[in-house]
Amino acid sequence: MVSRPHGGRLVNRVVSGRRREALLAEARELHKIEVSMDIASDIRNIAYGAYSPLTGFLTSDDYEHVLHDMRLSDDTPWTIPIVLDVSREELGDVREGDDVALTLGGEAIAIMRVEDIYGWDKEEHARSVYKTKDPAHPGVRKTYGMKELLIGGPLDLIKEVSYAGFEKYSLNPAETRVLFKEKGWKTIVAFQTRNVPHLGHEYVQKAALTFVDGLLIHPLVGWKKRGDYRDEVIVAAYEALIKHYYPRDSVVFSVLWMQMRYAGPREAVHHAIVRKNFGCTHFIVGRDHAGVGNYYGPYEAWDIFSEFPDLGITPLFIRESFYCRKCGGMVNAKICPHGDEYRVRISGTKIRQMIMAGKKPPETMMRPEVAEVVLRFKNPFVE
Amino acid sequence: MEKETVSVEISKDLYERIERYIKENGGFSSVREFIEFVVNEVLEGEEEGGYSSEEEIKERLRSLGYL
Ligand SMILES: [Zn+2]
Repeated sequence: MVSRPHGGRLVNRVVSGRRREALLAEARELHKIEVSMDIASDIRNIAYGAYSPLTGFLTSDDYEHVLHDMRLSDDTPWTIPIVLDVSREELGDVREGDDVALTLGGEAIAIMRVEDIYGWDKEEHARSVYKTKDPAHPGVRKTYGMKELLIGGPLDLIKEVSYAGFEKYSLNPAETRVLFKEKGWKTIVAFQTRNVPHLGHEYVQKAALTFVDGLLIHPLVGWKKRGDYRDEVIVAAYEALIKHYYPRDSVVFSVLWMQMRYAGPREAVHHAIVRKNFGCTHFIVGRDHAGVGNYYGPYEAWDIFSEFPDLGITPLFIRESFYCRKCGGMVNAKICPHGDEYRVRISGTKIRQMIMAGKKPPETMMRPEVAEVVLRFKNPFVE
Repeated sequence: MEKETVSVEISKDLYERIERYIKENGGFSSVREFIEFVVNEVLEGEEEGGYSSEEEIKERLRSLGYL
């Protein structure tokens, strides 16, 4: 059995058939609220069950619990508030209990029952979720730019939305679950990423894969901060890596349309919960997972998992790896006794600088096939 | 245990069409069984929403090269 969905059952708020026709017609008469691509991705993740047990955006009761207890009001672990922000003007004369149409580019994509309209304290939100009020933090900066009210309530997806360009790699939780079952996998480890793979990433993935049936490599596509790798670069780099270095029958590559929040430890748990919904039983938690700058301690994203014995997915903490010339391969500090003079540290920052300068990173850091693919892009980074 | 029931009226014409259908196609022992089956199908289909059947999911996975 693959992992049970978070909260017990896979949420499905995708409407089809005659009911969809009816709701599309209804949407034309409803008050409309235009949403961003980020919110559209949340809507999609709710509807397809990636955010199970959420059936919509958080109401104030759940919001407060998530902010302060890292759990929904029914005690289910949930660490990142999934909220919909609106301005008073956008809300117009919508009242609690009304249905609204959520539109993207003017087209209705979902109908939402507005159960709750509430104000929020952005600084408190930032302090709780990001552990800082510093507007230099990309997640905090985004929070401060959000609108003054939040609306919560269940929604139904009435029009397919997707992140253009990655349809071939976009699998929904129901699909990965069937896929894992067909492959006969019972234990599946997920790897979250927003980077092109270097030898360190490959090492942790394969270390984990040694003990389970299958590996899901699951990079995020969608909003990222300046200087991060562009989505198409990450995808192309993994295509090359998998083609040359992975056994085809033990790895699945798919992308997840979800924004990065850079919320460090809280986001690490969120990433794990989402992968549980995709059917994974294990989740690799990186050192400084989902971190940015120096806002989080290197192992905070590991420590936080001790607060969730009821998470329902097993976190795997694999130490930072490096190339050791004496050992003659990729190792970590727990298994290599040699000194710094033998160790080649793999720094993402250093690799980035080399790539920016058009230089190929050495083979002790990155597979040549991967480096070549990345260097083929005129600008591999988000501007 | 016998389930509690309620009565619903449908047009005589439709009732007779269902009777004829059962006679020709079999599979149901009564009009009531037929109606309960069809209604259940629709309701369950709605609850499952956009999810395709497992067979349809496999078809999509095959077309994408995952299977
Ligand atoms: Zn060594």
